[in-house]
Amino acid sequence: MSVGLGLRADGRRLLIPYVMAGVVPDWLDLVRGVVEAGADAVEIGLPFSDPMLDGPTVQRASALSAGRGGRPGPLLDELAGLDLDVPLVVMTYANVAMTLAPERGVGGFVDHLAAVGVRGVIVPDLPLEESAEYRARAAEAGVDAVLLVAPACGDDRCREIARASSGFVYCMSSMQITGERADLAQTARETARRVKGMTELPVVTGFGISTVQHAVEACADADGIVIASVLMRMLVDGAPVAQVVEEVATFRRALSSVQHSPVGG
Amino acid sequence: MFTDEVTGVMRAPDAAGRFGRFGGRYLPEALVPAAEAVEVAFREAWADTAFTAEYRRLLATYVGRPTPLTECVRLSERLGVRVLLKREDLAHTGSHKINNVLGQALLARRMGKRKLIAETGAGQHGVATATAAALLGLACTVYMGHTDVRRQAVNVFRMELLGAEVVPVTSANGVGTLKEATNGALRAWVNETEHAHYCIGSTMGPHPYPWMVREFQRVIGDEARAQCAEVPDVVVACVGGGSNAAGTFAGFVDTPARLVGVEAAGGAAVDKGKLGVLHGFMSHFLQDEDSQVLEAHSISAGLDYPGVGPEHVHLAETGRVRYTSVTDEQALRALKLLTRTEGILPALESAHALAWVVDAAATGELAAGSTVLVTLSGRGDKDIQQIREHLG
Repeated sequence: MSVGLGLRADGRRLLIPYVMAGVVPDWLDLVRGVVEAGADAVEIGLPFSDPMLDGPTVQRASALSAGRGGRPGPLLDELAGLDLDVPLVVMTYANVAMTLAPERGVGGFVDHLAAVGVRGVIVPDLPLEESAEYRARAAEAGVDAVLLVAPACGDDRCREIARASSGFVYCMSSMQITGERADLAQTARETARRVKGMTELPVVTGFGISTVQHAVEACADADGIVIASVLMRMLVDGAPVAQVVEEVATFRRALSSVQHSPVGG
Repeated sequence: MFTDEVTGVMRAPDAAGRFGRFGGRYLPEALVPAAEAVEVAFREAWADTAFTAEYRRLLATYVGRPTPLTECVRLSERLGVRVLLKREDLAHTGSHKINNVLGQALLARRMGKRKLIAETGAGQHGVATATAAALLGLACTVYMGHTDVRRQAVNVFRMELLGAEVVPVTSANGVGTLKEATNGALRAWVNETEHAHYCIGSTMGPHPYPWMVREFQRVIGDEARAQCAEVPDVVVACVGGGSNAAGTFAGFVDTPARLVGVEAAGGAAVDKGKLGVLHGFMSHFLQDEDSQVLEAHSISAGLDYPGVGPEHVHLAETGRVRYTSVTDEQALRALKLLTRTEGILPALESAHALAWVVDAAATGELAAGSTVLVTLSGRGDKDIQQIREHLG
């Protein structure tokens, strides 16, 4: 079953909060909490020493996890005990995906994901040309390989990515790394609109969704949003899990206001 | 196997940018179009005689090429082998880095970019990039680990004097060296692809950089080959990312010369690294069992990189080049020896290559009377503070 299957049909806008695995000792409570607050899926980050696409906040979250002894393999194992009714999507970098089980390469990684109940995976530095084996092995393991589209991608490339992606298509809102920003980039809605015309999969916008206003605005075109830095900033600044869960609930309430508007234009 | 059948030069990578198993383009989607644009522009420019003529003109009139080949008479007597130095330390800005940077700066201008982004460890590449930017009227931002900013303060000042902005890169779990500088530069490139060209300083990064940088540096090997009356028995170069070595080896790969790449013992990625992906390419990287990339440790900031260019790992795997490593102490001893016997203060990077020669001559690995060509990739002025701390 695909991560986002059926989510576009009723117009409900997808809310996908991001949680860096191990960022705080009670991070699993946070995962449970954001689901109770109305998340449709949860993106789980795995710490990596060199997160190329992440801004300072997610870098700090990654470093916090690593500093607490957070390691990708054991953190994945902790997910196995969760009994959630929404899918988990893991995000990490190619080096983790390809070397966590060196003898089995990327196949070992996606098998590990499947074994702990993870249903989707995002590896942003495995672009289309480098991702054939990864996508094939993920499909064999029953894990959706979600690919990213960037505003700079031409239409042909967007179409190819949308065709190769499974679960949903992840649109970068702008040509920028992750992080909070004052305004939603103009390219956010344009890119989502462009991609929606190319796929039946849900189109989810992320990167720089910093306020409920951004979320609502982005969801005028996208089927959903990912929120990451705003939540991770609260945690690394010391906010309790309950406060972060409440923030997610606020996003949920805001997105409910657009859930019945037409989807797909 | 290693050379193109028609031109007799080191081969281009395959269509996916791979040298054997290594290389490729492991980039976030936001950077794929930018890297593709660099590849297209480089292919066109390198086949355009107007571009290559302008490049060669600058190498001759601005860089001061050809750099000389120096026979080290007193050092040769001491070691019992004939030592020839390819003097990249005499190139403008004091190292081989300028060869590549001028090529990329011309390419950036051709692509209509207004700015160069660069990473730097020791500062040589940063200084070269700031220089080329000044020459061509481009803006320039150099990313540098916060530790390197401190230990290379004079080079930071040089870059700023040249009009560049130097951005110290600090990360919560890092030590502030070249790996983090590269992360900083890559993130900046994501944010600025429209108007900025990422001027990578070595034979690393996503395709086409390892190939393009080697092509811009092959002038070292081609010149040295023409300057040597006979093919040397051994050709030696230091290897961090591997650009001076790739450029040097390109001139000799089709000869019987033994080729030796010398890494820093604390950053010996070819031998001690494991297969992985970092900074857009697949190669060998120092990493732990949890897939986290480790910091390299070397007295030379320029060799403080946990990985190595993909072509080098391929050349090691196929056996054409032998890679070895030397310690900080060996490098310092060789530096002192060259300075005292020849009046040439080498960069700490280059001192690693020399250190292997000194030891190989002593152990008999280099037969008495054999001829060894060493690329002196840069001069040691930039390292004077570190050298003073260790030898003073």
